[in-house]
Amino acid sequence: MPSPCGCTGSGGFRKRKHDNFPHGQRREEKENVNPPSALMASFKSFQLELDSRHDKYERLVKLSRDITIESKRTIFLLHRFTSAPNGEEILSESEVKLDAVRRKIKQVAQELIGEDMYQFHRAISPGLQEYVEAVSFQYFIKTRSLISVEEINKQLIFTAEDREETTNMTSNSHDKQPHTWSLKVTPVDYLLGVADLTGELMRLCISSVGNGDIDTPFELSQFLRQIYDGFTFIGNTGPYEVSKKLYTLKQSLAKVENACYTLKVRGSEIPKHMLADVFSTKTELIDQEEGLP
Amino acid sequence: MSVSEMFAALQGALGQDQDIREEIRKVVQTLEQTAREILTLLQGVHQGSGFQNIPKKCQKAHEHFGTVRTQMESLKTKFPADQYYRFHEHWRFVLQRLVFLAAFVVYLESETLVTREAVAEILGIEADRERGFHLDIEDYLSGVLTLASELARLAVNSVTAGDYSRPLRISAFINELDSGFRLLNLKNDSLRKRYDGLKYDVKKIEEVVYDLSIRGLNKEATVGAGGEK
Repeated sequence: MPSPCGCTGSGGFRKRKHDNFPHGQRREEKENVNPPSALMASFKSFQLELDSRHDKYERLVKLSRDITIESKRTIFLLHRFTSAPNGEEILSESEVKLDAVRRKIKQVAQELIGEDMYQFHRAISPGLQEYVEAVSFQYFIKTRSLISVEEINKQLIFTAEDREETTNMTSNSHDKQPHTWSLKVTPVDYLLGVADLTGELMRLCISSVGNGDIDTPFELSQFLRQIYDGFTFIGNTGPYEVSKKLYTLKQSLAKVENACYTLKVRGSEIPKHMLADVFSTKTELIDQEEGLP
Repeated sequence: MSVSEMFAALQGALGQDQDIREEIRKVVQTLEQTAREILTLLQGVHQGSGFQNIPKKCQKAHEHFGTVRTQMESLKTKFPADQYYRFHEHWRFVLQRLVFLAAFVVYLESETLVTREAVAEILGIEADRERGFHLDIEDYLSGVLTLASELARLAVNSVTAGDYSRPLRISAFINELDSGFRLLNLKNDSLRKRYDGLKYDVKKIEEVVYDLSIRGLNKEATVGAGGEK
């Protein structure tokens, strides 16, 4: 290792030798006629640009986390729907929660004004997927059908006067202000959210039998099959994540179909009041099987 | 709308997306070809005989950059202008490579760091995002970092070729570049990884300068360089 100290002795070359020091840069700047050289000036502006970009990214990640958490809570709330007698109350409560989520999404949309959404897409994508899952779950419980991506995007158009209004009915955006901005859920985010939805529907199916509801499982298996067909239609046209979810989707569908099978076969033999017991042991069995690999 | 209709519509959207990506990939391939040609051309400076006709090589490189500009023009037409970052990954690598090549040419000509605006102009794109297909700042900085390692190599080879003044000038340049990069607060991403390599380039060049100075070779070099200028 040539130590820099060894060279300072050779006084004649001192000027050059400064460059060999770890702190050479500072001294070199002094050497320059113009201390803040053009290069340093431009790097200062790069620093500003990069910092503001990273800050924005971090803010979006945080918003996305909040959106994820609130959406998850909404889903848990909605799972109580079938078991509780006060169904209407739970639905309206979930609506309130989703409005809160939409307020967060509005902040995201505000952050993205004048930006290229895809530049920050990775920061917000998880939150959006979770939101799609929550919204489509609620929509399914209400209407027994699948919400479309257009329907979701329609609820994500925000107007400026929402800020003043405390009752944030975000959907009525059509009138007056030119100050509207929106966030579009991309087809891929939508697909991934819907794939997650199927997992929730599977849980709904199993628990609904536990409550003695015999019709819901059949309805759900029908619905899940439609979604599964849709996903197989897309197949590998979609990105990698979509095909990955397809495997889990298949498992969920199998569980629901097996549940329906059990209901059909045993349902005619076993007295209604015992059915729930038989069924819950059956599902445990399935869960164990799944836990193996 | 039924479930199957919805999925059919989504499939249509995804299919279109794939078509766009296919188109972009084709143009990017031609860009990569041109970039390789420029690189081959500029690699000539590392050979002993190459030091004499640097201006001629730069001249030729500039002609190739004309091809790059037309290819960039065609790339711009392949996707909606406001979705730059959606397809960014496809041309990120080649764009960084082209930034490096442009920066190398400018360095060989004027021994200065090319500005972001100047690179954008050489490549026929914009420096600002607002005005269309632009040069992302991280891509620019990555290209500049590639230049640093190329210059470390050039310093070694110029000594072999008997040009003792060039390493000193490269050393000053790289040191300034290093202090510039120290101003940046980089995240733990690919740019940061490449920046971590810069210190080895700095070290390499310092070693070359050290070797020259203990042999007294830099003295005559600075005199010689002073005479040239």
